[in-house]
Amino acid sequence: MSPRPGFVLEVDRSTPATLFWHGEGFRLERLPVGSRVLYPPEPLAALPDPDAAIRHALENPLGDSEPLSSLLFPGMRLTIAFDDVSLPLPPMRPPDARQRVIEAVLDAAASAGVDDVVLIAALALHRRMTDDELRHALGSRVFDAFAPHGLLLQHDAEDPSGIVHLGVTDQGEDVELSRRAAESDLLVYVNINLVAMDGGHKSVATGLASYKSIRHHHNVRTMQHSRSFMDRHRSELHSSNWRMGRVIRDAGVKVFQIETTLNLDTFPSQFRFLQRREWEWTLRDRAGFQATRAALDRTPPAIARQIFSSIRSPHALSSVQAGEVEAVHDQTLANVHRQQLVEVSGQTDVLTMGLPYIGPYNVNSIMNPILVACLGLGYFFNLYRGRPLVREGGVCIISHPTPWAFHPVHHPSYLDFFEQVLSETTDPLEIEAKYEESFATDPWYVHLYRTSNAYHGVHPFYMWYWCAHALQHLGQVIIVGGDRSAVRRLGFKPATTLADALEMAEDVVGRDPSVTHVHVPPLFLADVT
Amino acid sequence: MIADALAGKRIAVTGATGFLGTALVERLLRSVPECELVLLVRPGRRLGASERTAREIIRNDCFDRLRSELAGSFADVVARRVTTVAGDVGSDGLGLDAEGRSVLAGCDVVVHSAATVSFDAPLDGAVEVNLLGPSRVARALLDVTAEHNPVGSPLPHLVGVSTAYVNSGHHGDAFEELVTESRYLALPDWRAEVDAARRARSDADARSREPERLAQLRKAARHELGAAGTALLAERTERLREEWVDAQLVELGRSRAQALGWPDAYAYTKSLGEVALADTRGDLPVSIVRPSIVESSLAEPRPGWIRGFRMAEPVIISYARGLLKQFPGVPEGIVDVIPVDLVVAAIIAVCARGPEKDATAIYQVASGVRNPFRYGTLVDLCESWFTERPLYDAKGQPIVVPTWSFPGRGKVQGELRRAAKGLRAVERAVSMLPVRGELAEKVTGLEEKRQLAERALGYVELYGSYTETEARFRVDRTLALYESLDEHDRAAFCFDPGVVDWERYVNEVHLPSVVEHARVRTAPGRRVSATREERARAAILTDEPRCVVFDLEQTLVNSNVVESYAWLATRHLSPLRRARLAVELVAEGPRLLAVDRRDRTDFLRSFYRRYEGAPADRVRQDAWELFSDLILTRSFPEGLQRVREHRSRGHRTLLITGALDFVVAPLAPLFDEIVCARIGERDGVLTGEMVATPPTGEARAILMERWADSLGISRDATVAYADSTSDLPMLEAAGHPVAVNPETKLAAVARKRGWLVEQWAPARGGPRHRLAVSTRPLGPRTQVSSGALTGIRPSGDLS
Repeated sequence: MSPRPGFVLEVDRSTPATLFWHGEGFRLERLPVGSRVLYPPEPLAALPDPDAAIRHALENPLGDSEPLSSLLFPGMRLTIAFDDVSLPLPPMRPPDARQRVIEAVLDAAASAGVDDVVLIAALALHRRMTDDELRHALGSRVFDAFAPHGLLLQHDAEDPSGIVHLGVTDQGEDVELSRRAAESDLLVYVNINLVAMDGGHKSVATGLASYKSIRHHHNVRTMQHSRSFMDRHRSELHSSNWRMGRVIRDAGVKVFQIETTLNLDTFPSQFRFLQRREWEWTLRDRAGFQATRAALDRTPPAIARQIFSSIRSPHALSSVQAGEVEAVHDQTLANVHRQQLVEVSGQTDVLTMGLPYIGPYNVNSIMNPILVACLGLGYFFNLYRGRPLVREGGVCIISHPTPWAFHPVHHPSYLDFFEQVLSETTDPLEIEAKYEESFATDPWYVHLYRTSNAYHGVHPFYMWYWCAHALQHLGQVIIVGGDRSAVRRLGFKPATTLADALEMAEDVVGRDPSVTHVHVPPLFLADVT
Repeated sequence: MIADALAGKRIAVTGATGFLGTALVERLLRSVPECELVLLVRPGRRLGASERTAREIIRNDCFDRLRSELAGSFADVVARRVTTVAGDVGSDGLGLDAEGRSVLAGCDVVVHSAATVSFDAPLDGAVEVNLLGPSRVARALLDVTAEHNPVGSPLPHLVGVSTAYVNSGHHGDAFEELVTESRYLALPDWRAEVDAARRARSDADARSREPERLAQLRKAARHELGAAGTALLAERTERLREEWVDAQLVELGRSRAQALGWPDAYAYTKSLGEVALADTRGDLPVSIVRPSIVESSLAEPRPGWIRGFRMAEPVIISYARGLLKQFPGVPEGIVDVIPVDLVVAAIIAVCARGPEKDATAIYQVASGVRNPFRYGTLVDLCESWFTERPLYDAKGQPIVVPTWSFPGRGKVQGELRRAAKGLRAVERAVSMLPVRGELAEKVTGLEEKRQLAERALGYVELYGSYTETEARFRVDRTLALYESLDEHDRAAFCFDPGVVDWERYVNEVHLPSVVEHARVRTAPGRRVSATREERARAAILTDEPRCVVFDLEQTLVNSNVVESYAWLATRHLSPLRRARLAVELVAEGPRLLAVDRRDRTDFLRSFYRRYEGAPADRVRQDAWELFSDLILTRSFPEGLQRVREHRSRGHRTLLITGALDFVVAPLAPLFDEIVCARIGERDGVLTGEMVATPPTGEARAILMERWADSLGISRDATVAYADSTSDLPMLEAAGHPVAVNPETKLAAVARKRGWLVEQWAPARGGPRHRLAVSTRPLGPRTQVSSGALTGIRPSGDLS
């Protein structure tokens, strides 16, 4: 039996209350009669033998590429780059997809007699991973074989001697890349394509690049012209990366891209209710929900955060493809769409969403207010193809506690951005023009990025640019149940209940608005016609 | 006519910088236009006698009326009519130079109003000024006239200002007669009293230097300042010793006065001063004016003029602020208050009238008999006045005044004494607790409460007797003098106490003046102008050059050397051994804390021995993990932000810490320089011996100053951030000291000095470690992509 596709529910009197994520907790909300609730499709079947599928992909490459084994030769320089801790979400149960793929690549390298192999975590401007995060992504076998010898590296976008300039695109964009990757005979990139935004040329052109290079596509103009950045063909973010990818290719860097997709089996069985439709909840699901909620009510936020951080997702590999970047990525996108597309007809006046405890940039960390904005207005708002789910001038209602809390090690520049920049203005263009440079080049942030586990000084700006399209498009943003002062600092309106938020929304969109709720995660991509 | 009688006369005044003296000088200048004035002024520590006249007398608002009446010619008139002579009534011969002596010889009248009016002055000081002062003036006058004037010239008329309370030790009428004539006073030999008082000073001084006493004082200083270093403790101990000697002499004065039947040392020394004057005046014509409690003026130069915070004012303000819940006294009792302008008028009338033949004429200026003012009336008036116009507390809320029930003095004193004692005990107990930050500030609030209770007790002890005086000061001679004046003089120089309407005086003259002078809040609401805190911060964060010194532990990071060690030591241990080491360290805590309190350097030296034998490379590697896992996690983001802000303004930053070089190395980009501890290394292992000792105490202050000098930046432009009294020398030396999350003692010091206090906390919602043990899973350190295994870290210049 094939899994059920995504579903659009129209709320009527008999519809049970809808589950809203609310950070490290949940809310049950009654949506107005006539509202739509969008549910993700059910998980696709897992690959029956993932390791065999990986080996098959390596030897049967897509596009203009030879099989991996014939690209390997003794005495060569091989570099394997891989996606960092921001993928997948939540972190998957071992073995991680990267571990399976890298083990297969290393087996092939070993049998070809390759001995100069280096692994690089493709951090871009993200924080350095901790040892246990690396061990989790790669497995102990790989970690212990490489790390002690200094062969497991993390990309350092601020290392002047570790970055090379490969040229400029026809649009004048600088292309800079990790020297080790650029000077290797073969660069293998191992990706996890959780959402349609990931992968393709973006893997190398962003993951192994420098600030000088990344700033050409991580800016307000690009983000406002990416509609959405989940739709590669209508995304200026991707166009720029594709231009850069071609410069990298033309500069002679040989990239062998390996992309994997995961099914939507996102939460372990004790949280099964999170990926079921409420009216189908069994007695066990109800009990599980009630017990979880009761326990969370009595748990301090820091402990609740630890509990949620320990969730390991049962994500299963649903496809793997390897070879030339563009051919591989086309196939990958088809596979992502096969799992995640949900057809929706028409836009809505009011879009509601509940944000979970995790986003790409707070794995094992704290979801600070800037990340709340980014997850809601950057990621979830952009989970569309065609037209945004909410009409222009519409209202977005977000449910999240939005605490005024920052991780002192991971997000130092976020705290300063929040205190110094957002207190002055929330306009992305003004922020970009006035403040980006000083944060991006601040020596203390550079130091923390390179030596500690901090996101780059410019990273909070990117989070805010990620929201630029939504901020331009929406008439108002309301956060339900958030820290009022933090919400106001973001430039949004705080509301105590969803009912209040809907009342407030009417001031913007008129009486009796249409309401649509996106029931994520698990994630899906709305195909809005 | 008074003005005519004094026309062309030269009048000398002592004590012209005082309340009564200033009013007298002003009145003579304004109302007796033809007289000349000679002011005998003691040169101050910084200002000479003439400067004191200009600044402390002529510039006083007392002269505002005359200034506007004379318009442009005020300065000329003052210059023409006022001569200042440097002199001191506290020394024999008045400390006059030749010129001063000749000027004094040319005077026709001398008004001696110089006195130590404080009721709780040390005995020896009061004796020198109050007891010996009048006879010294008399002696000097006899000497200079004999020296300069032809034989047979008339001697100048000495008008001494005394107090009605010389005569207050008994019930019933107190007449205008010499104290020696009173049947109810036990008068000792004044010369013996002088000797005893002088001896008492050296005795007390000797006692203050006894070993037990010094030990006690040192303990008190240490309790107040903590481990602030030898120099500061010594300085504080010496100050406490001097204060102790003074306190002994204050106590001695009070008990001696009370033993002889006077309320306090002031009345006692003044009485004997009259006796001494009588004994030594020879042929000098003398009159004595005895006012009772002199308060703000009724009409001249303007209603409510007052100088200084006098006797009733602090009591009234304490009452209005709700601090003085009770004050002893009987409601029917008489408070003998007299407005200052009445006293001045009486003195001038006495000057004009001249001395009585062959006798000392005594004039009492008091209101108790002629126009009695009941204590109960005063309290009622104050209560209704402050109920209508309350003062406001720091939060802008009106203060409700207490209702006094007129208990006995003993009861009030007992209550206050118990309250002060209780608060002292609580304060002492709480200050032992290792609290800091906002809690510590609360503890200093306790100290403030205790001081208020002690001050209230002081008022009651000092002034209590003045509300219970049963003596009635007769004013017959004064009134007779008043009656003898013509109508014009009676209007111009009114000193009939009968003219005072007490209700109007209190409501419309005295209380408004007191409130105005007390600098208290009389309007509701919060202040809108920048707070002192904001101004202090703005002075630090300027674009001017600054040398900024930071302490590390508890100033920028909520951690310490023990925790760093625990983290590094447990990093390579099994969970079980890790737990054991943690428990051992916790158990050792109190001992370590005690050593640390005694001597920081000793503590570091002995504690760092624990690193002996540790593999140097591994520790240095691990320190980078320590940076993320412990130092940054426990850092105060506002603190780090402050360092960065200083740097962005081009200020120079220096970190001084007892932490080890490899622990602070990752902080290097924040500072221009780091001064820290370093331990030796031999054959790849740490020796545990400190090879670089970080400065502590005064050495930090010296280092900061040297550093500022070397950068060519003024020492006034130094800024020091620190959290404990062990850094007091550095904070004291800094141009801009900042107490960060201060512990109790430093919080108290900072509050007293008005230093900027910053409360910095770890990141909100950030991860919390309960124990500083490494919880990061082990694994070889992963390098950044360019790197070989080591040596890729940016490193600061550690000296």
